[in-house]
Amino acid sequence: MDAALYFLSWALLAGGGFFCVVGAVGILRMPDAFTRLHAASIIDTLGVGMIIAGLMVQSGLTLTTARLGIILVLVFFTSPVASHAIARSMRHRNVKPVLSEDRTGEGS
Amino acid sequence: MGQVISLTIVLLVFWLTLSGHYTTFLITAGVISAVAIALLAYRMDISDREGHPIHLGLASITYWPWLVWQIILSALNVTRIIINPNLPISPTLTRVTMTQKTDVARVTYANSITLTPGTISVDVEGDEILVHAITSDNASDLEAGDMDRRCTRFEGKV
Repeated sequence: MDAALYFLSWALLAGGGFFCVVGAVGILRMPDAFTRLHAASIIDTLGVGMIIAGLMVQSGLTLTTARLGIILVLVFFTSPVASHAIARSMRHRNVKPVLSEDRTGEGS
Repeated sequence: MGQVISLTIVLLVFWLTLSGHYTTFLITAGVISAVAIALLAYRMDISDREGHPIHLGLASITYWPWLVWQIILSALNVTRIIINPNLPISPTLTRVTMTQKTDVARVTYANSITLTPGTISVDVEGDEILVHAITSDNASDLEAGDMDRRCTRFEGKV
């Protein structure tokens, strides 16, 4: 494999790993469940995205790359649905988020 | 009928991508499956503009790269917040109005909000989305309505 491509793939995989770690640290540091979802969405987007992009560079122009693309699209369509389902069920169970500002006019 | 044909083609391409074995038997099986599913979806009346929104294909070429760029920017922003020892968050709950008419475009908007780190769409009430943002700046950016306008334009290119 070309050295430049090898380096690019390596950088993307390492970057993806870095953002997964950042997301995990964020999940531990955030004060409540809503803010933890924000940290988790870094893993869903940049973490998964960069790792799959790195693997795509590794496999070159093959069917495997197309399949990795399908996996990426699947994650990008399903992960917000899961986040939304968690947030919505918390709201319907009256879990109060830790807020510094409420612009809905409902009060807390 | 155009929907049935395009759904058949999409399903067939999907089959060929996942299969990777191009023998007569497997390709024939793929064609039969794709046609059968497309006809079944047509009979069940789910291969409409909502279940198979092929008409949004052109619009997504311009919308998705913009969305990916927004995701990268806000993910880096949230990363900075997490790494910062002071954890400078100011969680905000707000409502944003959506101007989209069709369900597909509304789902696209709500999903785009959630997919962007820093904002999560919590609930939909009529024409408004309840959004939880990790900082008040994130909430203000969303209230400015750039993403809403782009989603409406995305819907408009039918």
